[in-house]
Amino acid sequence: MKQIVKILTLLLAVTAVWIGLLQTSTIPESYTWLLPLYLIVSLGCYGLLMVGVGLMNFPTCPQEALFLQQDIIEAKEFLKKKGVDVGSD
Amino acid sequence: MAEKNKYSIIIPTYNERLNIALIVYLVFKHLSDVDFEIIVVDDGSPDGTQDIVKQLQKVYGEDRILLRPRPRKLGLGTAYIHGLKHASGNFVVIMDADLSHHPKYLPRFIKKQMETGASIVTGTRYVTGGGVHGWNLMRKLTSRGANVLAQTLLWPGVSDLTGSFRLYQKSALEDIISSCVSKGYVFQMEMIVRASRKGYHIEEVPITFVDRVFGSSKLGGSEIVEYLKGLLYLLVTT
Repeated sequence: MKQIVKILTLLLAVTAVWIGLLQTSTIPESYTWLLPLYLIVSLGCYGLLMVGVGLMNFPTCPQEALFLQQDIIEAKEFLKKKGVDVGSD
Repeated sequence: MAEKNKYSIIIPTYNERLNIALIVYLVFKHLSDVDFEIIVVDDGSPDGTQDIVKQLQKVYGEDRILLRPRPRKLGLGTAYIHGLKHASGNFVVIMDADLSHHPKYLPRFIKKQMETGASIVTGTRYVTGGGVHGWNLMRKLTSRGANVLAQTLLWPGVSDLTGSFRLYQKSALEDIISSCVSKGYVFQMEMIVRASRKGYHIEEVPITFVDRVFGSSKLGGSEIVEYLKGLLYLLVTT
């Protein structure tokens, strides 16, 4: 099943539940009408939260840049000895 | 470490004269007990990348470093297909030539594959032990936003979709690559999403990503539009 179909099916199922709630009035109807709005707001909050948390915990590796510099120096020395032209840039 | 397995490391290059030499040295340093070959697919670099590769062939042997050039810039996806044609290993590694991918992680990819029997091992920057260096806040924000969007819409089962440091079983790569049409890093996303949909066993290893040329990862408005188009494309085709 294509991903878009999966997502639409999920949406359809949620809509069906919502319509069910509207029909049976298990909770007051005025609340039920607001549920889609809550859904959209909570989806937005979820997105922002995930981006925020991801940004806060963004893994960085400054020490790797230093290691790489050392590796580059080592590699250049070796290659120069072997006659590979690494000096020009 | 590996007796029977052979690893073909495909590195597409364009004006990577110095970097390709450094990468080759580091690959040989870190994969001393593994059977491998390096396939350089150079797209007609004017800076003499191919001359350097020929010099490296003299040092390491023409059977270990293969130069398979193309006349001009023809795109990343076709570079892998081109390299794949000349690959003699049963596993294929793809990595960038600009040293943002460090060859020291190669043994971890290989070990992970052996432990799990996975068809694909993909490097991820977004978990503990991985990481990125040289990105400003804007770059991080875009990357995060893109990732959350893709995770929410595509449910791909991997944490780093656009990373391009990966180990593939050769047959799996051949199978997947033929159905991929995207360009740039959307191509990497398409590869891993299609692989996931086809039911290939995918494992992840943490890698670090050092952006040496600050701001070299161009991420302008057009890149974002391309990304969103790619996302939409994958939504309706996978």
